[in-house]
Amino acid sequence: MRTKAINEVSLEFPSRSCNEGFARSAVACFAAQLDPTLNELEDIKTAVSEAVTNAIVHGYPETIGNVQIKLRVCSGNVLELVVRDHGKGIPDVEKAREPMFTTGGEERSGMGFTIMESFMDQLTVRSTPGKGTTVIMKKKLAPRVNRGQ
Amino acid sequence: MELEAKSVDRNLLLELKGDIDHHGARNAMREMELAVDAALPRKLVLDLNGVTFMDSSGIALILWAQQRMQLLDGSLLVCNVPPQAKRVLDAAGISRLVTIR
Repeated sequence: MRTKAINEVSLEFPSRSCNEGFARSAVACFAAQLDPTLNELEDIKTAVSEAVTNAIVHGYPETIGNVQIKLRVCSGNVLELVVRDHGKGIPDVEKAREPMFTTGGEERSGMGFTIMESFMDQLTVRSTPGKGTTVIMKKKLAPRVNRGQ
Repeated sequence: MELEAKSVDRNLLLELKGDIDHHGARNAMREMELAVDAALPRKLVLDLNGVTFMDSSGIALILWAQQRMQLLDGSLLVCNVPPQAKRVLDAAGISRLVTIR
């Protein structure tokens, strides 16, 4: 069930690798309103970097297509991050989520989903071969003792 | 990202700087390969002090270096790992495979 968003933003950009850094910075800017700790902000940037890289490398291996990011601030200090591509899709999501599994050659480690899982609280991957992949991640940010003071 | 190589007496020091992501790691891996093949070091040190961000692309880079040094019968040391990069390495269990100081 979708929780109501307090604030949200959508981004769309072509699957060029130079946009990986842009995606990290843009997400960090949006997440800043939740007053995250430096560690939390770095965790979010790392997770988005992994998801966007997957879309670029595996979603559109031979072509340039669009990558969408939707960010939502939900009640309870939760950040929801959705990364979607309309590319190739993943035939076996369970297999793809296994540590060290990759179809990307020596420059990929196969640890992307493991890192997303470990840096965020919740990770859902939906994929249809030929239609694309959607990665949904949630992270609850710790309340700050001095928040609002 | 940038890569600076210093080679003394078959010890090769590679200083990595900037963001290590998929965009930067492709070139970095090629540059690293050239530097290692030119120096054929007994010991390779990857200094991550200047790394501002690292994702799993950095893991692939480190594992590549480890394999290459095993082929050369040499050793690999990864040092000065910033906290964010350390969390990435820990999440992937890389410290079990590679010497990190």
